[in-house]
Amino acid sequence: MSAGHHHALYLPGDTPVHRLPPQCKLIAAMGFAVAVVATPREAWGAFGVDVLLLAVVAAVARIPPALVLRRMVVEVPFVLFAVAIPFIGLGERIEVLGVSLSLPGLWAAWNILAKATLGVVASILLAATTEPRMMLLGAERLRLPALLVQIAMFMLRYMSVILDQARRMRIARESRGFVARDIRQAPVLARSAGALFIRSYERGERVHLAMLSRGYTGQMPVIDDLPASWRQWSAAAVLPALALTTAVVARSLV
Amino acid sequence: MTPGSDSGTAVSLQVSGLAYAYPDGTQALFGVDLTITRGERVALLGPNGAGKTTLVMHLNGILTAGHGTVEVAGLPVRADTLREIRRRVGLVFQDPDDQLFMPTVREDVAFGPANLGVRGADLERRVTHALDRVGMLEAANRPPHHLSFGQRRRVAVATVLAMEPEILVLDEPSSNLDPASRRELAQILKNLDVTVLMVTHDLPYALELCERSLILSRGVIAADGATRSLLADDELLAAHRLELPYGFAPSAHPR
Amino acid sequence: MHVPDGFFNVPVSAGAGVVAAAGVAVCLRRARQELDDRTAPMAGLVAAFIFAVQMLNFPVAAGTSGHLLGGALAAILVGPATAVLCVAVVLLVQGFFFADGGLTALGVNITLMAIVTSLVGWAVFRLASRSAPRSRTAVIVGSFLAALVSVPTSALVFTALFWLGGTAPIELSSVAAAMGGVHVLIGLGEALITALTVSSVLAVRPDLVYGARGLAAPLVLRTADGEVAVEKPATGPATPPAPKRGPRPILLGGGLVALLLAGVVSFYASSAPDGLNKVAADKGFNAYERPHDLENGPLAGYGVSGVEDERLSGGLAGIAGVGITVLVGGAIFFTVRRRRQDKAVA
Repeated sequence: MSAGHHHALYLPGDTPVHRLPPQCKLIAAMGFAVAVVATPREAWGAFGVDVLLLAVVAAVARIPPALVLRRMVVEVPFVLFAVAIPFIGLGERIEVLGVSLSLPGLWAAWNILAKATLGVVASILLAATTEPRMMLLGAERLRLPALLVQIAMFMLRYMSVILDQARRMRIARESRGFVARDIRQAPVLARSAGALFIRSYERGERVHLAMLSRGYTGQMPVIDDLPASWRQWSAAAVLPALALTTAVVARSLV
Repeated sequence: MTPGSDSGTAVSLQVSGLAYAYPDGTQALFGVDLTITRGERVALLGPNGAGKTTLVMHLNGILTAGHGTVEVAGLPVRADTLREIRRRVGLVFQDPDDQLFMPTVREDVAFGPANLGVRGADLERRVTHALDRVGMLEAANRPPHHLSFGQRRRVAVATVLAMEPEILVLDEPSSNLDPASRRELAQILKNLDVTVLMVTHDLPYALELCERSLILSRGVIAADGATRSLLADDELLAAHRLELPYGFAPSAHPR
Repeated sequence: MHVPDGFFNVPVSAGAGVVAAAGVAVCLRRARQELDDRTAPMAGLVAAFIFAVQMLNFPVAAGTSGHLLGGALAAILVGPATAVLCVAVVLLVQGFFFADGGLTALGVNITLMAIVTSLVGWAVFRLASRSAPRSRTAVIVGSFLAALVSVPTSALVFTALFWLGGTAPIELSSVAAAMGGVHVLIGLGEALITALTVSSVLAVRPDLVYGARGLAAPLVLRTADGEVAVEKPATGPATPPAPKRGPRPILLGGGLVALLLAGVVSFYASSAPDGLNKVAADKGFNAYERPHDLENGPLAGYGVSGVEDERLSGGLAGIAGVGITVLVGGAIFFTVRRRRQDKAVA
């Protein structure tokens, strides 16, 4: 049920953030997200610090705010849900502009909105400054199971090929007057889905044959090595460390 | 069966009595014999369904023959020799998207030699050399789906060249290429110094690039000779469902 | 929909992360056993397919359209282990490359959408298609039921997670009803699309449908003595090694039974005092009863505090109890087994 934003977020650049090794950025983004989620919702100041940190990263990486805002559209379904919570929430109720709202509900809505937004922006900045291929190499460096990374690699490589095929099937359907109006048209779409699966699977088999033809014996060869120095790890660690400290301080104050 | 060109008589590929049937029982090859000497460029012609791609898949051990042998530069294709055979036989499939499966061009070209154990500076050198030979060096760090079809074809050839093969086997190399890309590819192939076996429908392409041609029809080699003479023999072509393009006369093209 | 950061608290997010990691790890090994060196390219292509098919707009009625989740479909087409991996990879890629779904919510999202839907879908498919004679119709009907059950089950697990660590103060029964209700409808749509898609693949390449292995008619040999049918080995891209039954069917089946008993049947249990209570009352030593330290805990009295409805309260407590027992028991089991394996190796 994802809206399917398959336009790559990566924005090429040569900034200090872009140059950081991907494994450092992955840990930084995850660490930041954890810190944000651990921040108590009453700590306005802490959230303010988090926003500032992200703004600094975005500025250093020269990511235009418009890109980030456009991408935040992904959040919309949960914004709607969060907005509904004060209306249906339990607990003490207060009056706001003549409407009865739940106070814990308002807090909860704020909590979700703030954290979800910070999380999305952090993800956007990560994807915008890290080439997909580098992201995979970084994951491998972080000891994510090699097989999983390889599956992701093939998925990314053939995603656009399969999507193109799906698009061409849609054009072919529409060129023959097909209009998807209601459930009775579902069988036609299912047939396209079935055909797409068969083509994808058969391509997988051909790719495997091509790999065999170039000497593949079951283990992907090591082609690139991606070391990260202490300096680079420390630079990347600044973001999550500051966010974490802020969260801890906020928790102790609450 | 002519011994071949003046580049010596070292044999690149020797196929003897090759017979094969698909898992569902249909027999495809009924005893194929052919010999290709080093340095030759040979075209494999034949109608659709003649078994050309099936034959080609025996050359690097993807398919195992029910009968007969395949030898590449003297080494027979067997379960225990597959690694070396796959280095010696550079197979370029029809769909470059099936062959370019790594995130960047560089990694695709490096995949083959890396599987053979080549590392570091050596690997870099091979990758650069292979990409240079096909004129795609500037695209080294780009993802394959950002390249045009013709460019992907060329990179696919490079992925195989990087393994320094004995024989380059191409399946329909000119299909889906626009005339300019076709010409560029022909230039590249002419300048390569490897043995070439080209499966193709494109008779003018075969005439341009290959001095010798084989016709595979009904599961056996039905004809083997100079491309020019084969293409001039209308009866032969008609007997095996081969047709020259409209207006093309082999005699009009100097060799 | 992908859960964002902040929707669940840290303990639940972390716990779901552990479950997701464990589930994916098990499926990695299982998939490699089945597909061998073809695993990476095949699973990658299927993952790309799932990503593409999730974007297909299926019209429902004037103006509205639905989307496929794909867990059950994947399980029936390529088997449960590979299905979990493919959907998990899709979720990981969506999270890291497209900022879709919170980074801290990856554990929850993978558990709900990759593990629960695929495994529940496969379990229901197996049950349904085995209870009827093997045929294409059985496979298609099984696919329908598998997808139909997988979606609301995923919603149920979501509700359970929400009760454990959701950050919004909403009546749990409202959440359950809303999620359940909506997801039964979604499940219907998913079931229809899944069944139709499986049917269309069966029509062209039945050998590619994992759930339909063994449906091909045996080959017939014409010998001098007449026609003899040959026992055909499993058709399909690869002959899978003789599958070890393994604990999974029992775990799944037993788990479902336990959940049913604890969640539903328990309500109908007798409310009369059990043996010890009755004896204590009769003999009079129940006066020495002291309140338990956890008396005011969230699960005290086999009920969920804050949930008014008795039946729902008892049912949820039962489910929570089963869940906690399985987790703790499982953790102990794996630790002990690991120790034994280490000892055996040493």
